[in-house]
Amino acid sequence: MKPQPFLRTFVFPAALCALGFLAAMATVLQYSLRAYVPGSLEAGELTLDNFSALLKPLYARVFLDTVWICFLTAVCTLIVAYPIAYALVRAQNRLIKAAILIIAVTPLFLGEVVRTYSWIVVFGNNGFINSALLKLGVIDHPLQIMFTSFAVITALVHVTLPVMVIMLAAALAHIDPTYERAAQSLGAGPIRTFVSVTLPLSAPGIIAGVTTAFAWTFSAFATPQLIGGGQVNMISNLVYQLGLASFNFPFAAALSVAGLALTFAILSLLRFAARPLEKFGPH
Amino acid sequence: MARSTFQRMLGIAGAFAVLAILGFVILPAAVVTLAAFNDKAILAFPPQTWSWRWFAKAIAYDDFRSGFGNGVIVAGWASSIALLVGTTFAFALDRYAFPLKRTIETVLLSSLVVPHFTIGLGFLILAAQIGWARGFIVVIACHVVLVLPFVLRSVYVSLRNLDQRLELAAASLGASPGRVLVTVTLPLLAPGLVGGWLLAAILSFNEFTASLFVTAQRTQTLPVAMYNYVREYADPSMAALSVMYILATATLLTLANAYLGLGKLLNVETRR
Repeated sequence: MKPQPFLRTFVFPAALCALGFLAAMATVLQYSLRAYVPGSLEAGELTLDNFSALLKPLYARVFLDTVWICFLTAVCTLIVAYPIAYALVRAQNRLIKAAILIIAVTPLFLGEVVRTYSWIVVFGNNGFINSALLKLGVIDHPLQIMFTSFAVITALVHVTLPVMVIMLAAALAHIDPTYERAAQSLGAGPIRTFVSVTLPLSAPGIIAGVTTAFAWTFSAFATPQLIGGGQVNMISNLVYQLGLASFNFPFAAALSVAGLALTFAILSLLRFAARPLEKFGPH
Repeated sequence: MARSTFQRMLGIAGAFAVLAILGFVILPAAVVTLAAFNDKAILAFPPQTWSWRWFAKAIAYDDFRSGFGNGVIVAGWASSIALLVGTTFAFALDRYAFPLKRTIETVLLSSLVVPHFTIGLGFLILAAQIGWARGFIVVIACHVVLVLPFVLRSVYVSLRNLDQRLELAAASLGASPGRVLVTVTLPLLAPGLVGGWLLAAILSFNEFTASLFVTAQRTQTLPVAMYNYVREYADPSMAALSVMYILATATLLTLANAYLGLGKLLNVETRR
């Protein structure tokens, strides 16, 4: 056995962090199984009522909406991100490369609030789009863009775009360009080369990107809260309302647990469905 | 001949698509910048009169000031702790065999896919139970868990790319394991460490959803203060603050790209 200097010192802090994280998750799980005592932060006796309450049509509806919004966002993000990732990896000019990278990645580091606020300015009744359309005479009274699923999904695509670009670009960057040249020298046109060589080889990046986009959208809070404005509700908004507005920690916890279970179920389903695709990918 | 014209058209169409998408990415930032210089309190495009006054108001606003201060405290501590934990663990992960190796790794990386409102709620209830809900400790602990995967990944990738023969050479010349670590391994890892720390600090400073759950009035960070402001007021102070935010972030990233190679940091570039 090789000597392993500092092993304990190196692993201990990480183990402590993992333990803290697990403790927080265990608390959520534990609270989800306890009764709500109105007016108190303490939870009552063990019960499954929180979970049976989730089956009410009101909550079931929010769950379905959330999954649908996450799905649409992930697919739209993939379509929008692919050309950017491709251009980023294939650009020859270093300046163009750096510009694409910085423009595509900066939103990732702006945080949800700044981006959401910016979209409010774009979509609002006095906002950019409505002002522009009114000036051009396309419409004579402002369109209601805020508080629609369209607005929420557009803003969410903007939020998940950078991660998707990073993951697709990572996959594309690791494809050996000789494969594409080989296809072309054998007479394949640019579209055929892309569809039958580049696209399948980037499958691992697509899968990683779509699953991450899905999970991130599921996690989004400020965007559906401010742009959805109560008209478009996601699980995160319900958890917040119940947890921080009415201090019903047990029910908020049950929603979180159900949401978490749902994300993991869908993500593993996605991975499973994508397995035949992945066979094409590099190993 | 036909193919080359076709290819050129395809290239032009692709370039337009890329430009259009980049336009979509920039649009909100550009629109917010316009709004920030509008003299009136109500949005109007294009602004009739221009002014800097919303910038002055945003800078003078108490909640933004304390939020900025709190954010610096939280991001500073969280990213530094995450750097320490992430570096040591990435090292152990790369070089050593120990019990529960994969389990600890999976738990730490899973904060990437667990919704932030769940993590925030967990830390909030946990902190409420032990009476820490109003302090910085819970905010920092929560942020460490959130940014750790990014540091871990950045350091791990640098470790993988490190030429271990340099360490062997130092060891064969009689350097102790500690000396090898300090004089060979750490200096070679420096770009990865700085990059990982910077990434963690920026992400922590901007973390909103989890922060909303774990911060109290006294520990409120800037994104939480901004969220509360957007809910209550509609004047362009928020636009002015957003512009400062966007400029600061873009500058930091441009610097990071110039000195550290953002592409390598994010693993989107292969070494040539």
